[in-house]
Amino acid sequence: MSRSWIWLIVVAIALLAVPLVVRNEFYLNLASQILIYALLAVSLNLLLGYGGMVSLGHASFIGLASYAAALLLNAGFGHLSSAVLALVFSTACGAVFGMLALRASGIGFLMITLALGQIVWGVAYRANTITNGDNGLRYAERPHPFGIDINHAPNFYWFTLIVFAIALFFIWRLTRSPFGAALQGVRDQPRRMRMLGHNVWLIQWLAFVLASFWGSVAGLLFVYYNLFISPHAISLQQSAEVLLMAILGGASTLTGPIVGAVVITLVKNVVSTYVDRWNTLLGAIFVIVIMFMPFGIVPGVRQLWLRWRAPKKQAAA
Amino acid sequence: MQFWIIQTLNSIAFGGLLFLLSSGFSLAFGLMRIPNLAHGGFFMLGAYLGATVTYYGGNFWIAMLAAGLGVGLVGIVFERLILRRLAGNVQGQVLVTLGVSFIIADLCLLIWTGDPWTLPAPSELRPPIRLAGFAFPTFRLVVFVIALITAVALYFLMDRTRLGAMIRAGVDDMEMARGVGIPVSLLFTVVFCLGAVLAGIGGTLGAPSLNAYPGLDADMLPLALIVVILGGAGSLLGAFVGSFVVGFLYNFGIALFPDLAYFILFLPMVLVLVLMPQGLFGRIPS
Amino acid sequence: MSMHRRSVLKGALAAGVATSALKVPAAVAQAGPIKIGFLTIKTGPLASGGLQMEQGLTVFLKQRNNMIAGRPVELQTADTGGNPAQARTKTQELVERFNVHCLIGPLAAFEALAIDDYIKSSKTPILTVAGAEDMTQRKPNPWLVRASATSSQPSHPMADYAAKDLKLKRAIVMADDFAFGHENVAGFQRVFEDAGGKVIQKIFTPLNAPDYGTYVSQFKNADCLYTGHAGSNGLKLIRQISEYGLKGKFTIVGGFTPIDESVLQQMGDDGLGCYSGCWYSAALDNPINKEFVATVQRDYKVDPGVYAAETYLSAEVLEHAAKQIGGKVEDKEALNKALHEAKVPATLCGPLSFDELGNVVGNVYIRKVEKKDGKYVNTVVKTYPNVSQFWTYGKDAFLKDPVYSRDYPPAKNLE
Repeated sequence: MSRSWIWLIVVAIALLAVPLVVRNEFYLNLASQILIYALLAVSLNLLLGYGGMVSLGHASFIGLASYAAALLLNAGFGHLSSAVLALVFSTACGAVFGMLALRASGIGFLMITLALGQIVWGVAYRANTITNGDNGLRYAERPHPFGIDINHAPNFYWFTLIVFAIALFFIWRLTRSPFGAALQGVRDQPRRMRMLGHNVWLIQWLAFVLASFWGSVAGLLFVYYNLFISPHAISLQQSAEVLLMAILGGASTLTGPIVGAVVITLVKNVVSTYVDRWNTLLGAIFVIVIMFMPFGIVPGVRQLWLRWRAPKKQAAA
Repeated sequence: MQFWIIQTLNSIAFGGLLFLLSSGFSLAFGLMRIPNLAHGGFFMLGAYLGATVTYYGGNFWIAMLAAGLGVGLVGIVFERLILRRLAGNVQGQVLVTLGVSFIIADLCLLIWTGDPWTLPAPSELRPPIRLAGFAFPTFRLVVFVIALITAVALYFLMDRTRLGAMIRAGVDDMEMARGVGIPVSLLFTVVFCLGAVLAGIGGTLGAPSLNAYPGLDADMLPLALIVVILGGAGSLLGAFVGSFVVGFLYNFGIALFPDLAYFILFLPMVLVLVLMPQGLFGRIPS
Repeated sequence: MSMHRRSVLKGALAAGVATSALKVPAAVAQAGPIKIGFLTIKTGPLASGGLQMEQGLTVFLKQRNNMIAGRPVELQTADTGGNPAQARTKTQELVERFNVHCLIGPLAAFEALAIDDYIKSSKTPILTVAGAEDMTQRKPNPWLVRASATSSQPSHPMADYAAKDLKLKRAIVMADDFAFGHENVAGFQRVFEDAGGKVIQKIFTPLNAPDYGTYVSQFKNADCLYTGHAGSNGLKLIRQISEYGLKGKFTIVGGFTPIDESVLQQMGDDGLGCYSGCWYSAALDNPINKEFVATVQRDYKVDPGVYAAETYLSAEVLEHAAKQIGGKVEDKEALNKALHEAKVPATLCGPLSFDELGNVVGNVYIRKVEKKDGKYVNTVVKTYPNVSQFWTYGKDAFLKDPVYSRDYPPAKNLE
């Protein structure tokens, strides 16, 4: 067994064991939230890191999935059917958004995604009769997947962890697949890829749809966790935050967005208890990290690690 | 009839303010390819600085210049110390400019507290102009005139001076500009600083009607982005036309279709981008 | 004695912290501090109200040397940033990590709604200041009391005064386009039209609209304008009314947020003559309020407005309830009951009590902006005593109608 497999198993066991060690519900719930945001950031990173497309509208998938699920549940659908329909609806919206956004590239792409995100926000905010405006909608209760009660913090954590692991595995496989290679090829050498006969647009669009799908899954988890959805969860600020998570951790890596999600969620929810100026701190973290690790924390730390080990090897030799 | 006249005046007045906000953003973006997401923060900082100077008894126009200088200084420091190290790293720039906008917003809250600050217009410009039965704020028309003067000045700067020629060369082809010996590094600082000065002045000029309050930055930034995208990044003409298009869309949009207020700006933007991905006067090849 | 032990046990169980609290002997638990969790907004665009809320509460505790009902107080402040998801996490932190006995806050309706179900399941008494009507009406939360007012509670008497005393007939109503604004304006419209007035124009402005020029220049010919804007938006509107030369063309009346002491000095002459209905005024002439105003002015160099007053008021109610139960706030059921049954004879805004749904019944003051000794103040021109959230409609009739909203009651007299 290779070393990375051993590491993977160690990390998996450690993550599974969290509820056995952390007895305080608050921290356990925080861990669940981190996983949800991490999933959102990882899904966005399909576009950002692997596709080179900067999107400022990814939080809209939280909204599309959450609102759809809540409305369907209120309309009398079961948990399972409303979840499935919500995912279908949200991903379908993603497919349309992708078609529009991919008309442009670079900053134009960013602006179209921003505008679409704002439109989704505007609908949620303005369509009072359906969405209840800024007062938001309640999701009546958490579902019982396979008859298991996930109302308590440990069970919900495990549930979220399993979904997260499945998503991460899928995305990891995807990035290693021919499709993933093509996507990264399009990012680096779009002209060459076109000449080689690849349908550049289709590749990028599929990546957009897949990112929307996993973003929507995170959206479902979000509404299961909070049992509440309001336009604030899909504001521009929220979309920017997801983007920041991915960039801060390192968009070129699979694990970077997860690290970014950990840092930002902890500063927002834990450090802010002790530091009044936590927004300044967060801003300073962004600036300092990028000054010293231009490509984010994970690549930066990896580089430091290699540099630290290299002289030791020489000494041993 | 009165409706159309007043809303037209509203539109051009607001468009003028938007031009001050977005022209610098557009130039910096065109030249440096940096989407400066702290630009809304610059505008807000200008409003606060202007309000502070007049609070301590300063003349309005002095306050405006002081705000321009103050924000320009922040711009220089930001560009010299941070941005220039990130050339070519778009993701890094997005993160850093957002980080700086967080810091600006939070420090403004610390310094000026959450309560809004007002900045009265110069007393001679405060009484509204009365024309054939309706009144319009004199000061807003003055803002429009200042925006026009700024636009003309910028046009001459870009079109008739050596500096302008260098900037245009840089926007069109950075490598070529570097090749013919244009001091690109200095150019970046000058242009970024110019954008910050304009935002600071715009903030002060906007404050008599908008006030300075926490969240002003977030209210203005999307408008600047829309103007620049509609007009096309890097083009002065684009920023000018874009500002007034947005001014008209915003005012007539919410006057005629109040229920669409949330989409009135974003829908046209999506349409324009889908049909013309480079904006109306875009110079940057995608 | 056994009675009291049992009630402590019951309270601990109810709190869901049985594991830790049960091991602690009752006597020791009694000696510890009263833990208050305070949810407010200290950062971001909504911070202005949140920071004032903190001022009010800080002054209250300072005046009492940090003691309530003979016990020291441990205040745990949490910054929600004005974000519902963060408000929820912070509430959980206060309840599960800091084991607070009760909560004060949060500021915004959407925050209160986001934690509604959690408050119920964790059984934590909460003194909210958010306006959200239905939390004490059609969807009441048994653990919640509101000492300040629902969104529309002060709008009803304001409308009554506007129609009957000021004899105003035609009104433009205007507010931010969110639930608080809708509810605040709806209350005004209903009473104003029931008293024979007409609402001829109804405008809801987006919360983040940078400029009101478009709206101001479209005003129809009316004899009064009612504004329910919150935060800096009210200031912006009233300034722009002057900018467009409309000051004096109609009477400006308002809800309790736009014409607030915290922006009154900034408003300057533009605000002179504006009327507003509120359960508080910094100019109220009673000893508690005079001391409160003097302390805030001394410590913070500002006049206290409604946000500072509402946390002070909430704390007064909490103190009253805590005294009723002998300081034994560990028994959350008893504390909750005492809060709901509180009849406070004197607060900074006069006597008050609560209806069975947990909402305050108390004075509402009609205030007029005047200039006194070079300062702008909200002079009280009329007092409506014992105002309930149902106004004169009666609870049952009131609750039969839908909750106030953008379109309810429907506007039939628009021009």
